[in-house]
Amino acid sequence: MLKLTNVSKTFHPGTVNSKTALDHLSLHVKKGDFITIIGSNGAGKSTVFNAICGGFYVDEGKVELDGEDITFQPEHYRARQIGHLFQDPMRGTAPNMTIEENLAIAYLRTSRAQSAYFSRVSKADREFFREQLRQLDMGLEDRMKNPVGLLSGGQRQALTLLMATLVTPKLLLLDEHTAALDPGTAEKVLQLTKRVVSERDITCLMVTHNMNQALELGNRTLMMDSGHIVLDVEGEERAGMTVDDLLERFSVNAGKALDNDRILTSKMKKK
Amino acid sequence: MFISWGIIQNALELGLIYSLVAMALFLSYSMLNVCDLSTDGCYTLGCAVGSIVALSGHPLLAIPAAMAAGVLSGGITSLLQTKLGVESLLAGIIVNTGLYSINIMIMGRSTLSLNDTGSVFTVMHDLLEGTVLADYYKLIVAAIFAVIVLVLLLLFLDTRLGLSIRATGDNPDMVKSSSINPARMIIIGLCISNAITALSGCLIGEYNKTCDINMGTGMVTIALASLIIGETIFGKKTIPWRAFGVIVGACLYRVVVAIALRFNLPATALKLVSATIVAVAISYPTLVKLIEFKNKQYLARGKNLYRILRNLFLGAAVVFVVLAVVLAAYRPLMILLAALCVICFVWFLRAMSQKKEEVVC
Repeated sequence: MLKLTNVSKTFHPGTVNSKTALDHLSLHVKKGDFITIIGSNGAGKSTVFNAICGGFYVDEGKVELDGEDITFQPEHYRARQIGHLFQDPMRGTAPNMTIEENLAIAYLRTSRAQSAYFSRVSKADREFFREQLRQLDMGLEDRMKNPVGLLSGGQRQALTLLMATLVTPKLLLLDEHTAALDPGTAEKVLQLTKRVVSERDITCLMVTHNMNQALELGNRTLMMDSGHIVLDVEGEERAGMTVDDLLERFSVNAGKALDNDRILTSKMKKK
Repeated sequence: MFISWGIIQNALELGLIYSLVAMALFLSYSMLNVCDLSTDGCYTLGCAVGSIVALSGHPLLAIPAAMAAGVLSGGITSLLQTKLGVESLLAGIIVNTGLYSINIMIMGRSTLSLNDTGSVFTVMHDLLEGTVLADYYKLIVAAIFAVIVLVLLLLFLDTRLGLSIRATGDNPDMVKSSSINPARMIIIGLCISNAITALSGCLIGEYNKTCDINMGTGMVTIALASLIIGETIFGKKTIPWRAFGVIVGACLYRVVVAIALRFNLPATALKLVSATIVAVAISYPTLVKLIEFKNKQYLARGKNLYRILRNLFLGAAVVFVVLAVVLAAYRPLMILLAALCVICFVWFLRAMSQKKEEVVC
């Protein structure tokens, strides 16, 4: 499905700020995988996502999606097949446009609408949007003519999730998409994510800072450090794992203890 | 009568034609969030191309020709800023400068007279000859063009392409992850807006029966003033409402100009007035915030900035009224009283800041 081969990326090469964010990283994602990714600050989690979605072009290596080499495809071109949610709920929606107009833009991704530049939102489309919004269970279906800027962060993130999956993507990238929300809303958006992903069988990569979440959700967990994948567990090995096992395995593999405060505090809270 | 219907009609005709530039900026500035400074040159370009085509005997063909020239100009501006990494403001200025030479090359000299050629206005004049509407032929032509452009623009903004253009101005991040190419949207948007600007230039040329190389100077500011007047009156509600407000704003601007000219205000002052309107309107929210913040600081020191500002304005007003009355009534005493007023004013200012001195003591 998704294949990263020997991918490297260095920011500000040749200067004192030179930082190798990805160091010959290879990753093979199978169809239907739901992978959770955790790692210390600056480990390269978001950089991997950017390499996949085309936020920048990688220095070396190859990115393949479904057998197609997308290494040098521009971001907007890849976006036809890849959905991307950011931590900041403001990034995924256009605030001065209505909910309906935002959804219409997301709907552009269909192959039919790609060429239909002058098509307008039809009645059938509107009914489809309303049905989709109803499934969010946030009362948004009655506010379709409201500008998105009036919605709360959680509502905007839920809407972004809906937009990213309105046309089922081949791959969904979730970059700590619940981290900026309050706990109640975060839980709701997470449940929504789980449902959408399992219903449509979407291949999904999710960055999280919550260790319990990383083990609970999905079928495979990656831990990253300094641009490497230091731990990759799935199946039975993963099923029996606790957070402490995870931390121990990390320190053995990475040769140091995990230093992400947020991850550690999230572990303490659970105890 | 001080303001006759003729003057208002004239202002409306001009306002409707100028509203096309305002609508072009509505697309590029309000929707796409790109300030297109090539507007001045593009407007003159439209007039130059339209005039030349009209002079060679095709008054109707002049309009599509001018619009095509506008598309080319917009295309170059947008290519510079999207594909070649030139800052968007700078791209507009560069193209604007280049257009000056191109316009002179097209016109062959710096002014053209269209007195002896046909235009859309003469065509309409001939059509309406003898009917009740004969006197309004210019207004009708201007209104037809304004309405056609408004309707087409509104229909366009509702299509998928139009929505993508609006989203590009609203949130570029989101646009990329929605599989839209923002560069392409900027190119399309600027081509359309420049075509509308050039159309306006072409119509003005045929309306005034003249084309001058300097006619476009300050056009972008005037159009922005119209845009802002429209948005202030009509508010930022739905898109059709706002677009309609732009036309009303442009007409209103022309009516105000017509009235100002009746007051014998020098025509050269108009650009200063529109520049002030734009500067004040755009800086208004920041200015309010600044005053609120300063007031907080003053309140912490036990003073009220609003009261101080009000007293200052009142004091200044009183001084100026006294000064004006005295000047008008008795000239010999002028210097003495002016000096007295200045002294009063200084005393007033000192009285205002007395509290601070008390604290120091």
